[in-house]
Amino acid sequence: MVAANRWFCLATQRSTVWQLWLQSKQHQLFWRNFSQILVRIRYNHYRIRITQCIITIIRRLATQPKLANVPKRKWKSVVGLEVHAQIASASKLFSGGGTSFGAPLNSSVAYFDASIPGTLPVLNRKCVESGIKTSLALGCRVNEVSMFDRKHYFYADLPNGYQITQQRAALANDGKMTFPVITPGKKVYYKTVTLLQLQLEQDSGKSLHDDYLKRSLVDLNRAGLPLMELVFAPDLETGEEAASLVKELMLILRRLQTCSCKMEEGALRVDANISIHQEGDPLGVRTEVKNIGSVRSISQAITYEINRQLETVANGGVITNETRNWDAENRRTVAMRDKEVLQDYRFMPEPNLPPLHVNLKPGSKSSEDLLSVAALSEEIPELPEDTRQRLLEQYNLNAETAIILVNEPILLDHFLNISRSLNELPNKVIYNFLINDLLTYCNKVNLDVEKCSISADDLKDILKYLNSEQINLQAARQLIELLHNNPKIKVNELIELHNLQQICSPEKIENLCQQAIANQSKAVQQYQKGKSKALFAIVGEVAKLSAQKANMKLVVQCLEKLLKPSKK
Amino acid sequence: MRRHLQWSIKKLTASYADGQLSPRRVTEQALEDALRLKTLNAFVRLTPEQAIQQAQVSEERYQRKQQSGSLDGVTIAIKDNFCTRDVHTTCASRMLQDFVPPYDATVCAKLKKAGAIILGKTNMDQFAMGAGTVDSLYGPTKNIWSEDLDQDNWRIAGGSSGGSASAVAAGLCYAAIGSDTGGSTRNPASYCGVVGLKPTYGLVSRHGLIPLVNSMDVPGIFARSVSDCVAVLNAVAGPDRLDSTTIRDPFTRLKLPEIGQIDLSTVRIGIPKEYHCQGLSAEVLETWSKVADLLECGGACVQQVSLPNTAASIFVYSILNQCEVASNMARYDGIEYGHRAEDERSTEQLYALSRAEGFNEVVKTRILTGNFLLLRKNYEHYFEKALRVRRLIAEDFVKVFEASDKEDHVDILLTPTTLTEAPLYKDFASLTNRDQCAVQDFCTQPANMAGIPAVSIPIRLSQAGLPLSLQLMSNSLNEQLLLTVASWIEGQVGFDSLENRQEYKASL
Repeated sequence: MVAANRWFCLATQRSTVWQLWLQSKQHQLFWRNFSQILVRIRYNHYRIRITQCIITIIRRLATQPKLANVPKRKWKSVVGLEVHAQIASASKLFSGGGTSFGAPLNSSVAYFDASIPGTLPVLNRKCVESGIKTSLALGCRVNEVSMFDRKHYFYADLPNGYQITQQRAALANDGKMTFPVITPGKKVYYKTVTLLQLQLEQDSGKSLHDDYLKRSLVDLNRAGLPLMELVFAPDLETGEEAASLVKELMLILRRLQTCSCKMEEGALRVDANISIHQEGDPLGVRTEVKNIGSVRSISQAITYEINRQLETVANGGVITNETRNWDAENRRTVAMRDKEVLQDYRFMPEPNLPPLHVNLKPGSKSSEDLLSVAALSEEIPELPEDTRQRLLEQYNLNAETAIILVNEPILLDHFLNISRSLNELPNKVIYNFLINDLLTYCNKVNLDVEKCSISADDLKDILKYLNSEQINLQAARQLIELLHNNPKIKVNELIELHNLQQICSPEKIENLCQQAIANQSKAVQQYQKGKSKALFAIVGEVAKLSAQKANMKLVVQCLEKLLKPSKK
Repeated sequence: MRRHLQWSIKKLTASYADGQLSPRRVTEQALEDALRLKTLNAFVRLTPEQAIQQAQVSEERYQRKQQSGSLDGVTIAIKDNFCTRDVHTTCASRMLQDFVPPYDATVCAKLKKAGAIILGKTNMDQFAMGAGTVDSLYGPTKNIWSEDLDQDNWRIAGGSSGGSASAVAAGLCYAAIGSDTGGSTRNPASYCGVVGLKPTYGLVSRHGLIPLVNSMDVPGIFARSVSDCVAVLNAVAGPDRLDSTTIRDPFTRLKLPEIGQIDLSTVRIGIPKEYHCQGLSAEVLETWSKVADLLECGGACVQQVSLPNTAASIFVYSILNQCEVASNMARYDGIEYGHRAEDERSTEQLYALSRAEGFNEVVKTRILTGNFLLLRKNYEHYFEKALRVRRLIAEDFVKVFEASDKEDHVDILLTPTTLTEAPLYKDFASLTNRDQCAVQDFCTQPANMAGIPAVSIPIRLSQAGLPLSLQLMSNSLNEQLLLTVASWIEGQVGFDSLENRQEYKASL
């Protein structure tokens, strides 16, 4: 294309049509046409002079409606999420089948899950409780009566030929979620999204296709697993907002213990509906992106899809209502096949399950047949946003720090734990150490901080030594690495073993400083001439000489003292 | 002549207890009879090994004087749409020809627990879709009352639980389990001259009953007397954790008063005028009015009532039936169980061929129609409207059973069960399945719409020597009164369920 571009410029420099084309601003369209013709030239051996060829194209373009004349309006992107969260429970939504992830194929299958004729669904009370708790935590109105429906479609891993879901009357509606949006390099802001509906439904099984032997196998372990489907209003604009929503949702569900939120196990699945429109226009045609496997992918997939749509429209293309798959490897969305036909799910009330009633009376208790929403609301723990507020108010943390700590539950635990038992330690030291040192180390070695084996007690010890100046920050950082690699050795032993004690004795410090002054005569001169920054070089020298173990506060004091008289 | 066949269950178990008869001997005789009367085609499968083994255990219990219940040692047959552990359950279809359930339906489990001996599985219309037991993979079931069993002149047993009705009528077993969705128990009971009970929806668990229409299906009971019927009901009724639609309250066993003790003076009987319908035979009509007179003479207050939405019932039934059928049949894809076609080129091909081969025309037609009716564009117009009319039909019953004005209120409705005596097979087979069901279910399916209990009891023989029966209906969970009145009528009319044709007698 670069070569073609050069040709083109040469050939059309003096052409008046060139200006015309520039106005039309249909570069992409031009290049598509142009490259097509180039291909024709190559394959069909047309002996047409390039210039002429170009002129033809430009003429053709000039006769098309000019996009440039339409007043330029800003494009807006609209994103809505549908989240399927697997309810953490010991048995399935409608059967006694087990739910453990990674069980041997087809081993967690009750007769009902395999649709053995004559079996009937029996609603799992635990799942309803979890659904209600989640609804309450997300500010939903729990419906006094909800119902189950059959959604029909044929698929090999859907043994009944229908999925039992809640279409007409869901468990809960009209929730609201406010969450911080974290965009790298931008200021954190809060966004509120409406939760239209929370419904209970069963999962399908899994088909495994063996291309080599040309056969398909079905694993029904997943068939019938309990899911909460959360349908959010299209209130979002970017991939980051979507990822932040999901991140917050995961924090809430984990607090409630209603979902493990392990995306890698399929316990939380996110589908995104994405459209673009120009300001003032109605919403555009949307595409649905499925198969998003991680929080990071949510942001990437949505950003990709928004850009793809913008580009398609800019190229004069049309967005079609389709389902696309996120291809994490190649980082792009790909249209799914076999989805062109509009499905008619032939919804029908599930006749084997009576309507689900709940008790909405304040102060009521749950009975054998009727769950009390009021009683369940008392089981709801502190939610992430409440924790952030508490950190702000009780611990005087700033908003960013509070968000980071709450986003990493293990860091929050450490923080609260250490802060409680080491009263004398300023909170700032604790969270700085956790965020800047522990989290940074984990990120460096690509370790999920949740899986880091360093205990709160160990961290407490490090901070204790740090605070009493027995070790310095350098040593503290080193200890993180040492502890991670030697989980069985205690902090004080590691300090001994690796000789990490801070050098504090005035004689030793002075000794080191003298040596450094001797080594860094140039810096000393500069410093004495009034260039105060030159002190850093001398301090650095001390650090080097002491193998990073000198107490820097004392070193600076000592250096200033040593260098002062000669200044006079 | 094996006179013990005519005994009541109570008398039978009493004679087991005093050693006069042995469960093992009775079971062996029943199995012999079943083979001898193979021409009826009542059973699709006998389970002699299990039956004799169960009889043996029962006998030992009697010897130890530790009977397990009121049905200990009583021979019973089960319709082939109830799952029986390790015994084929086919729904008389090719689709489930090789299906062996890994579990017992709750009804079967409860019967076994009560000590009943299960002789085998009985014939039916494919997936219970029919009113004649003529659409079975195993061929039609014949009515024991037929003038001629061998020639082309035999009578149908009715359906879809024709096999169960036929087996009880022929004395092959003391009771049988059927299912009733629109009359599938009462219809064959009526033709075969036995008692056929459809309990209140939710009184007996459907767990293990392969569904036709979930919201209407009820396990039904066949017996030769009302008291036998009560004995079986007492064994199988009650809440079941495995069926969420069963009534939660504990079931109180029914106990009917002695016939002499029954007082009809407080009972109000309603005769719904809409049941006097087109196609009602003169003989059935006559029987109907005679029994009404009988009740009045017995002291009951008999009055005409109106159930204005009755005529709509058959259409509503047809729509709801086909929609649920389309949904319930979706599981038969040949993947997990059931018939699987050879064509495995693609999943769709496999589905299409498996289903094309596995289902008969009746099933296929209902699936197609049902799916059409459930399409988004049709749902409101057909399915939702049908649900609304269904509520109206149910309200009709509520109005007569729960009327605040004492004058308008009735306790029991008396109606025909079927419009005629059992038709000849050749006449019946000439009709389409839709017409067969629409005509024959007219009086029976409203009870399924409303979920109320209904019982068919034989009254007398027609001129052709065929049983004529009537139906009683009551408000939900009022089986006690329903069966009390039924037993009073039974006592008055003195119908002998085993007094049927010569062929049978000669065969013994």
